[in-house]
Amino acid sequence: MVKLSGNKKYGLTIAILSCFIVGLFFVSFLIGRYSIHPRTVLDIFFSNYADIGEYWHDDLDIVVMQVRLPRIMLGILVGGALSVSGASYQTLFKNPMAAPDILGVSAGAGFGAALAMLWNSSWWQIQIFAFVFGLIAVTATYLIGSIFSRQEITVLILAGIVVSSFFQALLSIVKTLADTDTQLPSITFWLMGSLGKGTNESVLLMLPALGISLAILFIFRHHIDTLAAGEDVAATMGVNVRLMKMITVCCSTLMTVSAVSICGIIGWVGMVVPHISRMLTGSSFPRLIVTSFLVGGSFLLIIDNVVRGVKGVELPLGVLTALVGTPVFVILLSRVKKGWS
Amino acid sequence: MLKVQGLSFYYHRDKEVLKDISFQLDRHDILCLLGPNGTGKTTMLRCLLSLNKIKNGTIEIDGVDFTKATVRERAEMVAYVPQATAMAFSYESFEVVLMGRIAHLPTGGKPTAKDKAIAYEVMEKLGITHLIHKDFNQMSGGEKQMILVARALVQQSRILVMDEPTANLDYSNQVKILQVIKDLAEEGYAILMASHFPNHAFLACNKVALMRDGVIMAQGNPEDIVTTENLTRLYQTPVCVTEAELNFKRSVTKVCVPVMG
Repeated sequence: MVKLSGNKKYGLTIAILSCFIVGLFFVSFLIGRYSIHPRTVLDIFFSNYADIGEYWHDDLDIVVMQVRLPRIMLGILVGGALSVSGASYQTLFKNPMAAPDILGVSAGAGFGAALAMLWNSSWWQIQIFAFVFGLIAVTATYLIGSIFSRQEITVLILAGIVVSSFFQALLSIVKTLADTDTQLPSITFWLMGSLGKGTNESVLLMLPALGISLAILFIFRHHIDTLAAGEDVAATMGVNVRLMKMITVCCSTLMTVSAVSICGIIGWVGMVVPHISRMLTGSSFPRLIVTSFLVGGSFLLIIDNVVRGVKGVELPLGVLTALVGTPVFVILLSRVKKGWS
Repeated sequence: MLKVQGLSFYYHRDKEVLKDISFQLDRHDILCLLGPNGTGKTTMLRCLLSLNKIKNGTIEIDGVDFTKATVRERAEMVAYVPQATAMAFSYESFEVVLMGRIAHLPTGGKPTAKDKAIAYEVMEKLGITHLIHKDFNQMSGGEKQMILVARALVQQSRILVMDEPTANLDYSNQVKILQVIKDLAEEGYAILMASHFPNHAFLACNKVALMRDGVIMAQGNPEDIVTTENLTRLYQTPVCVTEAELNFKRSVTKVCVPVMG
């Protein structure tokens, strides 16, 4: 029977990545200001489901279930969301440099969210504002890019820089208008990117948007894959190109926004992780989304563990992802450049 | 099978790109579309693929109005072989071929063993199974073109539209592709190809259409149409159609030669 050479390797890679992320999930509970014995973590964790006598202090229960659990979950979900979103933008725009932060989506969403925060809006309003402005930003980037050239990789990136700068300028205006005692510090800290604000509620709030977007992208994964062959070619193969483009942009933007509105702007994950994933399981989009989610989740969780592990000061997450992401990207760039053409 | 009548197209109302184009394509036909650069060949192929919306005229396939078909139905009627360019990312060639099955996949479904078998059979038929796991972007022009033909074939439509299938290929690869095209026509495919090589009309095609400034100047059998006079008028440069003796085959073939100075 016909077999893709990658098939077995793909299954194995996914299995290894899944085991890794599950292991990482549990190990991450051990990191932080309170040192807790692994055994205790497991006992606290399973005490909700099994009958385990409570021999630990109540504080530890709060640390594990209310502080570390949501933060670890957010690390996986946000990392996964940004990476799948980046992978989708890259496939859609046939552009290895595309990513939510590069295309201006993050800046647009950041502005929208900050604007909503200025009015002390509810979580839902912040989400909607962030989504609308994120969508405006990516549309603007695409339109500006296509005015000059539909083919050039760099033009789209330049358009993204322009749009990002525009929204960052608007964001600065929002900041000057913000109340300097309460709003400004929270907006500024939130924009630097942090998983620290995460609560179990914010995880639950993020899940629907993320789940729906992932499900829709997964349903149309093979259709979106054909876009990599070119829009015209995809159309002659029987793909409704306009619909697929809309679906991909909306889902990717929604995923980015649900991450940004909780954790602020976390750069580089969305660009670097899809490239690592391609090296692991190839460019085919159906595989790429699965691999990207697992790699992205692990990637951000590891970085956040470093953030939590450093004693004394909490470094902003966005700063660390940039510190790690930029050199990795340069290495990847030099290694895989040939394959991009 | 394919019947085009009175087709016209323009981007701006006052500047028609294609004017009153009519032709017919049947099973086993290979129609070679010749014409200078920028004359509307590619635009016409795009119209036939519904990538451009025609302004006037009709395109009928087996009596069905092609322009009113859904994108999926169109893919089941006509397949497109573009010029070989690189993919944005590195794909295995089998993945590229398998993409052609997209119109046959149910929403949310993935290619089944049957789809893979079809893709493998097509690659076997074209003699390119050794390329299966090769990176598409790393392949030579001739190999890429073969993979793109395979991708179009797995679509299982009966009409193939090819945009300069022999562009940028050396003689050996040109002959390979032309042989594949001939074999496919024998099998029953109807093939429309745009080309810059009038010689190919003699080598492989049973129909030829000469296109200049958006109009079909002449069409018919290559023997009658590809003449010194017509080609000179078509390309606006002296072209000579003459006969060459193939010593080893003891036969005579027609060739076109551009004349300089």
